[in-house]
Amino acid sequence: MQRNHNHTTIVTIEKVIDETPTVRTLVFSDNVMSNVLPGQFAMVWIPGINELPMSVMISKEPGKAAFTVRKHGPASTGLFNVKEGQQIGIRGPYGNSFDLKEGKLLLVGGGTGLVPMIRLLSFVKPADDVTVLIGAKSKDEVFFEDLANNMLENNPHKVIVSTDDGSYGEKGFVTDLVEKLVNESHFDGVYACGPEIMMYKTMQSAHSRNMFVQASLERMMKCGVGICGSCCVGEDLVCRDGTVFDGDHLSSNKEFGHFYRNKAGILEKY
Amino acid sequence: MNQLLYSKLSSLFKVESSLTTSIGQIQLDRPVMLASGILGISLDVFNRLYRSGVGAVVTKSLSTEPWEGYPNPTIFSVKGGGWINAVGLSNPGAPNFAKMIEPNQEVPIVISLVGSIPEDFEMMIKQFENCKITAYELNLSCPHVAKVGLEVGDDPELVRKIVTIAKNTTDVPIIAKVGLGTTHYLNTVSTAIDSGIDAITAINTIRAMAIDVETQRPILSNKFGGLSGTPIKPIALRCVYEISSKHDIPIIGCGGVSAWEDAVEFFLAGASAIQIGSAVGDNWIDVFNEINNGILQYMKRKNYSSIKDMVGLAKKS
Repeated sequence: MQRNHNHTTIVTIEKVIDETPTVRTLVFSDNVMSNVLPGQFAMVWIPGINELPMSVMISKEPGKAAFTVRKHGPASTGLFNVKEGQQIGIRGPYGNSFDLKEGKLLLVGGGTGLVPMIRLLSFVKPADDVTVLIGAKSKDEVFFEDLANNMLENNPHKVIVSTDDGSYGEKGFVTDLVEKLVNESHFDGVYACGPEIMMYKTMQSAHSRNMFVQASLERMMKCGVGICGSCCVGEDLVCRDGTVFDGDHLSSNKEFGHFYRNKAGILEKY
Repeated sequence: MNQLLYSKLSSLFKVESSLTTSIGQIQLDRPVMLASGILGISLDVFNRLYRSGVGAVVTKSLSTEPWEGYPNPTIFSVKGGGWINAVGLSNPGAPNFAKMIEPNQEVPIVISLVGSIPEDFEMMIKQFENCKITAYELNLSCPHVAKVGLEVGDDPELVRKIVTIAKNTTDVPIIAKVGLGTTHYLNTVSTAIDSGIDAITAINTIRAMAIDVETQRPILSNKFGGLSGTPIKPIALRCVYEISSKHDIPIIGCGGVSAWEDAVEFFLAGASAIQIGSAVGDNWIDVFNEINNGILQYMKRKNYSSIKDMVGLAKKS
């Protein structure tokens, strides 16, 4: 019988991979999650601690999936600290997914925003010319660079890392690279996931040049199913209408890139 | 009247069916409302919901101060149907909320209020003096937050004082939302009516919980939450029927409506409007117009001109 995506399923963490001092990937077996589309997310329950939305990461092994988490607040730190053999609850997948174009593609990932970008990479066609931009604060926090290169070994491709402090790769913000690249040549599809300002600037750079651009938004989520309203951005609910939105749509949203809602639902400036 | 004769006469004098309804003094274009706690956080979303067919939006329950609510997990999908939630009444607080909705002219907004003492409600209602408000709904029935909601609704003296102070603070209609607590809800309804309430919403979620058998612990961070959705519909329907049998008070039915037949059941039991919450989680916001259309088709088939033509019909036998 097909599982109801709203019902919590308990899975056991089989492997924990340290990606950086603050980022870990937790691998588990689950057929449903191993097949999710890029951009879709799961609500992940860490028993006794919290529940949070997580983009689903690929795993090389069939039937397996993973979450790549950066320790930040209580919930993500709780997930970061989960050990091999421990159980977590998952429900979903929720949300829509990226509309992957063919041809010259630009993928922009900041921090754990790389997760849906990596998932997207597993769907590119061999003829696609793919540029991946990885943004990180410093050398310590760069991850998935080798993975991206390996996944694209049969494609014309570039994987470019930029660090805010210049300790690795190009120095500066990844959005400056985006602006430079879209100014030099046309991309058939531009995809972004990461800090909101990064996505906002990427959207502006691409959309102003009439390029197809999509971003996967992040907001505080409680229910994940469109009931609680916590994740609204303007009139859109990230959990139900997104998480992926087109540049056309985002460019008319008054809150995207400027405001988010706190736990009480009050608008705050980024 | 002979059924055959009636249907023949009806077809001769076919009436224009309209979804408009009155809940006492409250006039709505459509009888399907958004229940409190659901999506009620931003004016942009309210506008979208109005375009999607809601007759009125009931806001999240507002408190005097902003509340963050409980940590996740705050919601649980029950195998077999329904949801248990303990969001914990997270809300931006009445003053912030009033500022946000001040520009609104178009969407009928019902402000849901939650508080511990009568003065809380007076203070909050005053925040909305410059806003266009359709009604206030007093939350006397949230089953998962201490010192408010059901704990207030279970205290007849407090109910009397809160309804009285609310009525004295504004001319806008006041609705009391009741639920299943330790005081019989019919007594709470009587107290509210004696204190001047304009309408009743029945019912709220029912206190419930879920335990995960693998990790052997309650799933919700608050342990207890409120059960909503299809499992509670027959109970809510019974309550509406009982209230309308005992009192001459406008009623809004709330609990497990997910299809037009459910809505019609509530009308037949005595409700003049219904509220929808959980079905949004299952069917998203298309659910409002689907139900509106279903009700309208039913009305045409039965030759009813307005919702009031069918309110309470099930009590005739």
